[in-house]
Amino acid sequence: MKATVRLFAIARQAAARDCVEVDLPDGATIAELRRRLAGQCPALAPLLPAMCFAIDARYAADAQSVPAGADVACIPPVSGG
Amino acid sequence: MIELTHLPIDLVSVLRSVQSPEAGAVVLFVGTTRETTDGRRTRWLDYEAYPAMAERILADLEAEARRRWPLAGCAIVHRLGRVEVGEASVAVAVSSAHRGPAFEAGQWLIDRLKESAPIWKQEHWADGTCQWVHPGLDLPGTPAGETPP
Repeated sequence: MKATVRLFAIARQAAARDCVEVDLPDGATIAELRRRLAGQCPALAPLLPAMCFAIDARYAADAQSVPAGADVACIPPVSGG
Repeated sequence: MIELTHLPIDLVSVLRSVQSPEAGAVVLFVGTTRETTDGRRTRWLDYEAYPAMAERILADLEAEARRRWPLAGCAIVHRLGRVEVGEASVAVAVSSAHRGPAFEAGQWLIDRLKESAPIWKQEHWADGTCQWVHPGLDLPGTPAGETPP
């Protein structure tokens, strides 16, 4: 399956785009998504250890699997306020 | 009330939105763009959000604050885009029958917002450089104080 990952702030700037499409095996976890994202978009690789991820607008742990058609986002350390 | 806006925050209307006859206390916190950070001068800040998630998280924070404290009103407004020095980037207003819960809830809300809402600021420095603010992230790129070629 394919997952489209939204990018924000430093991640969007590093990748020079606001989303990346990643090929994932069915049932893949966020941890697997991190590995594939690093391979597919090397500019993001050094940032990824510090990034959180969200599935359908909720923070998702590395062990969580990515459902088909999910809205996935890469969330850099936040600095609102 | 939760709002993300590209327009200047109308602080009076934020205050009014939480005022009610049952509330004897209204607390308003306003976060504003500071001119200097660690000795460097800021020209403006640029705020970006993941809007759907930020709105959901702020709504969850409001709901949790209402569970923890007996609040009459609660409003969280965050500005996006370019925010000039001295302008408000965020406003949190809460009201309750007495001041204790209003102060506590207001502090709790702004602290949680800063920890969890997917909103990011980019410093635009007076020297013409800019820098995303990501606490704990050792950013590659232009070191502070240097001008890129």
